[in-house]
Amino acid sequence: MIPFDYRRAADVEGAVAEAARTGAAFLAGGTNLVDRMKLGVSAPEVLVDINRLPLDGVEELPGGGLRVGATVRNSDLAAHPVVRRDYPLLSRALLSGASGQLRTLATTGGNLLQRTRCLYFQDTSTPCNKREPGSGCSAIDGHNRQHAILGASEHCVAVHPSDMAVAMAALDATVLVHGPGGPRTVPLTDLHRLPGDEPHRDTVLSAADLITAVDLPPLPRGTRSLYRKVRDRASYAFALVSVALVLHVDDDVVRDVRIALGGVAHKPWRARRAEGVLRGRPVSADVFLEAAEAELADARPLSGNAFKVPLARNVIVSALRDLAWEER
Amino acid sequence: MDGEVELRVDGRTRRLRVDNRTTLLDALRDGLGVTSPKKGCDHGQCGACTVLLDGRRAVTCLSFAVVHDGAEVVTAAGLGDGERLHPVQEAFLDRDAFQCGFCTPGQVCSAVGVLDEVAAGHPSAVTADLTGPAELSPEEVRERMSGNLCRCGAYVRIVEAVRDGAR
Amino acid sequence: MTDLLRPRAMGRSPRRVEGPAKVTGTAPYASDQPVHDPVHAWLVQAEVARGVVTSVDTGRALAEEGVLTVLTPDNAPRLASTEDAELAALQSHDVDFRGQVLAVVVARTPETARHAASLVRVVVEQRPHDVRLSGDRADLYAPEQVNGGFETDTAEGDLAAGLAQAAHVVDRTYTTAWYNNNPLEPHATTAVWSDENLLLYDSTQGVHTTREAVAETFGLSPERVHVISPHVGGGFGAKGTAHVHAILAAMAARALPDVPVKLALTRQQMYSLVGYRTPTIQRVRLGGSADGRLTALAVDAIGQTSRFKEFAEQTAVPARTMYAAPHRRTTHRLAALDVPVPAWMRAPGECPGMFGPEVAMDELAIACGLDPVEFRVRNEPEVEPESGKPFSSRNLVACLREGARRFGWSHRDPTPGARQESGWRVGTGVAASTYPVNRSPGSEANIRFTAPGRYRVEIGAADIGTGTWTSLAQIAADALGVDHGDVELRIGDTRLPKASVAGGSSGITSWGSTVVAAARAFREKFGDRPDDGDETCVAMPESSASDDYAMHAFGAQFAEVRVHVDTGEVRVPRLLGVFAVGRVVNPRLARSQLVGGMTMGLSMALHEHSLLDERFGHVVNHDLAEYHIATNSDVPDVEAHWIEEHDPHTNPMGTKGIGEIGIVGTAAAIVNAAHHATGIRVRDLPLTLDHFVR
Repeated sequence: MIPFDYRRAADVEGAVAEAARTGAAFLAGGTNLVDRMKLGVSAPEVLVDINRLPLDGVEELPGGGLRVGATVRNSDLAAHPVVRRDYPLLSRALLSGASGQLRTLATTGGNLLQRTRCLYFQDTSTPCNKREPGSGCSAIDGHNRQHAILGASEHCVAVHPSDMAVAMAALDATVLVHGPGGPRTVPLTDLHRLPGDEPHRDTVLSAADLITAVDLPPLPRGTRSLYRKVRDRASYAFALVSVALVLHVDDDVVRDVRIALGGVAHKPWRARRAEGVLRGRPVSADVFLEAAEAELADARPLSGNAFKVPLARNVIVSALRDLAWEER
Repeated sequence: MDGEVELRVDGRTRRLRVDNRTTLLDALRDGLGVTSPKKGCDHGQCGACTVLLDGRRAVTCLSFAVVHDGAEVVTAAGLGDGERLHPVQEAFLDRDAFQCGFCTPGQVCSAVGVLDEVAAGHPSAVTADLTGPAELSPEEVRERMSGNLCRCGAYVRIVEAVRDGAR
Repeated sequence: MTDLLRPRAMGRSPRRVEGPAKVTGTAPYASDQPVHDPVHAWLVQAEVARGVVTSVDTGRALAEEGVLTVLTPDNAPRLASTEDAELAALQSHDVDFRGQVLAVVVARTPETARHAASLVRVVVEQRPHDVRLSGDRADLYAPEQVNGGFETDTAEGDLAAGLAQAAHVVDRTYTTAWYNNNPLEPHATTAVWSDENLLLYDSTQGVHTTREAVAETFGLSPERVHVISPHVGGGFGAKGTAHVHAILAAMAARALPDVPVKLALTRQQMYSLVGYRTPTIQRVRLGGSADGRLTALAVDAIGQTSRFKEFAEQTAVPARTMYAAPHRRTTHRLAALDVPVPAWMRAPGECPGMFGPEVAMDELAIACGLDPVEFRVRNEPEVEPESGKPFSSRNLVACLREGARRFGWSHRDPTPGARQESGWRVGTGVAASTYPVNRSPGSEANIRFTAPGRYRVEIGAADIGTGTWTSLAQIAADALGVDHGDVELRIGDTRLPKASVAGGSSGITSWGSTVVAAARAFREKFGDRPDDGDETCVAMPESSASDDYAMHAFGAQFAEVRVHVDTGEVRVPRLLGVFAVGRVVNPRLARSQLVGGMTMGLSMALHEHSLLDERFGHVVNHDLAEYHIATNSDVPDVEAHWIEEHDPHTNPMGTKGIGEIGIVGTAAAIVNAAHHATGIRVRDLPLTLDHFVR
């Protein structure tokens, strides 16, 4: 790890200005950044500590919904009474990520900005286009069991590791960003990018953009939700496939549905094709299967992850089934 | 490039100069000689370095010490009351909930954190009713303790010990 | 036959003597040992699997403030012995495997050392490497012998005829993965060299083993090397022999006299520098008669070794002991590759070698239409099949019967894929376990009396979590005829009498026999009323029991497996083992050992797999996030029981060793249960969900 300057931010504007001036990285919980710095994957010369900024609140918004500060810890967010009551899928997603003693430290903003767990990205002795643009992708012909089946490119097949972001994608959350040009908002589903030919860019943010909060819109009455994660261990492992589902069924007809998938793409994958198939249709096993298959029609599995296609299909179908026919 | 931090560790206030790069774990172990938290992976993947940081369980290997100026740290060495072990520690002895002992200080700190979380009603990934009270069923303990790896395979006994320690 | 010691302290369950220190974290492991003003070493490793170092530029590293020295193949002192190629640190410019140490940087702080290590520029002229293990390689060879000193190949009768006369034949290939031991405590050595004496705080399964290796490598007389290791954060074989970091720490310390040098491996470095279990390919052929008796049994095992040093896993050896069959053979072949050298990992030989055959037994039982418990019982040998020796005791059948009773086996419907509960397919399976009674030569014990009633028992043994601090003192108490509390045991230091390594489940047999002999000698010499300061030191007595008897522990493991209908997720809600392991010294600690072995077996079955990237030549999932070992949630219910077994032949305590048998057979029981649940037969570990999701 190279030596670095450490500065404690006094306010949001100052933190952003510091980052714009020095190329500093923002340091919050550190659970991903410090990990990468030890590996030599990230080597910032300046760290701006944002832990003491007043971004750690969770407040109910006037028109309904919730504003979650960027430095709210994952543990606190998962345990927040309003989140547990109104956004149970978010609570579940958070609780299925990492471990209790990591969630104490990890923050909302940091969770969104965590980087891929691709074996080769984390190993500086191997080529990786995300880490070192132009060096090549080692995963495409290497160990790629964990990797993407949707939206990947010939340059990168990594997946985004967050659970929380998948739930937020299904919630149509909005990310509040403060950049050198002032504050702005980014829909969460637009925050992360597909790799294309610039896999080193995980998100649409620039280096000096600071996430300050995430807004969660209210869920309409009668909506049900779930988060389901399939992984190689019963706990404490990244998703092979996960699904966040928000479903509103009335009179046995799908009135509203939002599906996001984790573990399958470079970003939380909103399954809009599946949603399109479902919306307005009567609930039935056949419709659920049709929706899942529509979403996965373009899946391009790699040498080691063909199983993710039937897995994702089954997980989508069973999630729909369980929510649609859940006891009222 | 370094800084000075003040930490309250196991009830004692300690000041030390640290390299900015020094993790809280290394500051405790190398800087202060507090070797109760262990370094099993140095990447937040095993839980052996878990302490109670400002009252909550946290790994110490993924945090720079400079960030924690003014923090309160309780390690497994500081959990007891003088010579008396914490009830969770007694339960670990009774149940033989360890073998090599290397993950144990982290397990014990984590367990104490779990008991507090359950008492506060915080749910886990396996809690059926997120808004109901939290329970200390074996399944709940297993899930909540899954961030602490034990290679000797003492898990079954650890679950028993954590539940005993709550009584 | 030995006079079995009368148990008074043995058979009781005192808590771990060192327990309070462990639950508070104050028990000093190697890198916890306080030393004055230490400096820190960091390794630079090869990033190619084969080549020649053409230049090393240490300029930038040395220019960093706080860097004290950088050792490289250009400037490292010559070692006295390079006999053990694994320990020949920095002695050659050849690169034999990816991850080989090419330089070591020593600096005042660990942060500086680590950063400076990244500044060392090593230029390696890369050569083509070959790291691919497969059964169709033309260059597979037969080693002279396999680990444990066993014969490479054995044969009896006419295998082809035995298979030809069988009513049912299983001829399948099974594979086990590359496994890394991954004790929770990474290997660490702190070295201080002063006045031609070397002090090492090391994490080792045998202080004397480490001392001998280090002394020989540096050409020192062993008395000049002092190794201290009172507590060891797990080893599982990976700390059973000295590895290169200990040599590097000592080498760095020699360059900086009187300064303690701390060298702690990272988790990632453990995947290339401290040994691992070779992947195995096992062709198993079994022939069964219509009434379910084996007519033929063959295991042909293939493993890998490194090109620079040989290690030959004895994978086919347990098949020589398990079942009766008139026509049989076992073989071992190796591929020598550009990989790190494999080594011991918990139950080398038996652990992988009871996977293929015990799954094959399940397959043949089904083919014969027999219950797999009954099928095993039917093939119970009267004497050890290949040696012809009688067993000192063999209670596999009792374990199978008792396990079946406790597990509720009798209600089992043998039809595969017939049960489903709330979205999970449910099945049960069984497999047998075995492990030899090993006795390692070379231990000595000293007993000294301190008035009014304390006996100090000294032996350089190790406690790697096995419970030696407690159980060896219990043995000493019974051997001396005193209370457990009157024994003060000292272990883990080369200043104590020599002891063999904690490996091969041989610790209690070897050290216990030695302590018993010392106690008997002490009483003979000083009677029951010794004077203050009376002491005696004796060596482990010879035993000829193994000339006359085959001595093995046995066990039976039963597993319940659930496979999710939609996702293929595999869970093991219940694991139950019954073992015949001779006398149990401390039931509380013994249960932990057996359950721990079974838990590691579960982990092997479901999760563990070191992923070698053949293009680069290294294990790419080299950490605990990606190399999965079981978490607490993966292990809901593991029970270990044992049957009363009186074996007068193994040693004066009547013990057999319990550290390894728990991991033997577990994976087969789980794979067999998964087949019962789903009808899908998995022959390649691990048992991940991709085998089942459809």
